[in-house]
Amino acid sequence: MITCRRAAELTSRSLDGRLSLAQRALLRLHALTCGGCRRYGDQLRRLHRVLARLVATTAPAGPGLPPAARERLRAAVRRRAGGG
Amino acid sequence: VDQAEATPTLDPTGWVDAHGDYLYRFALARLGSPDAAEEAVQEALMAGLAARRRFEGRATERTWLTAILKRKVADALRAAARRRARTVLGDDRLTDGQFRRSGKWHQPPDGDADPLSVLTGAELRAAVFDCLGRLPPRLREVIVSRYLDDRPAEAVGRALGVTAGNLWVLLHRGRLRLWRCLADGGHTDPGDGP
Repeated sequence: MITCRRAAELTSRSLDGRLSLAQRALLRLHALTCGGCRRYGDQLRRLHRVLARLVATTAPAGPGLPPAARERLRAAVRRRAGGG
Repeated sequence: VDQAEATPTLDPTGWVDAHGDYLYRFALARLGSPDAAEEAVQEALMAGLAARRRFEGRATERTWLTAILKRKVADALRAAARRRARTVLGDDRLTDGQFRRSGKWHQPPDGDADPLSVLTGAELRAAVFDCLGRLPPRLREVIVSRYLDDRPAEAVGRALGVTAGNLWVLLHRGRLRLWRCLADGGHTDPGDGP
């Protein structure tokens, strides 16, 4: 029987498609008797899907260019575009 | 902004105003540091200027600049990974702290407190990006490379110069920290510990 610690590792690895038959069997057996790890598995798979969906979105939320950085970039482009 | 996105012409003097915010957010989500993000955007704009005669109008200006930025971000991530390549994978207090010596959960995952089933849309995205931004740099690189750049695990390992065995450990720690951070509504700092 594997521990919850090991089950958590295998759960993560399963998201990358890397479990052997034996590992899958051990994980399933553990989850049969451990509600915590079943919930961890469900929640981690949900997190995996959410992260994968972020790929499809455009730019992430959050602040844009800070004003000082905007000025520096504008100046850099002007210099380079003007020079050739 | 949509107008700029749809116009297949190159007007470098307008790049910063038309695409600066978008490019900056793109870089910041992947690099995590405002300075590194600004540097990557600047390098991408300079590379775009140098190569603008090769722009063929098949993509929009923004798509074209984003493709260049993606390469600059990958370079920056690789450089950061090389600097840490010799770091031995040590213990991880936060990950280890989730379990007792016996290997059982200290605090078994609770079905009622799962933020991923409560939050939706923009709120969920903001929460995930908040926790992502607070991961230790090494773990953030691994998670970002795996998900935001949509790479299979093998490609992530190659790009970041880590062995497959270490990569599973890093992905596990990164996911566990994100999960813990989200479950605690951001009260657990996922950047705690080594």
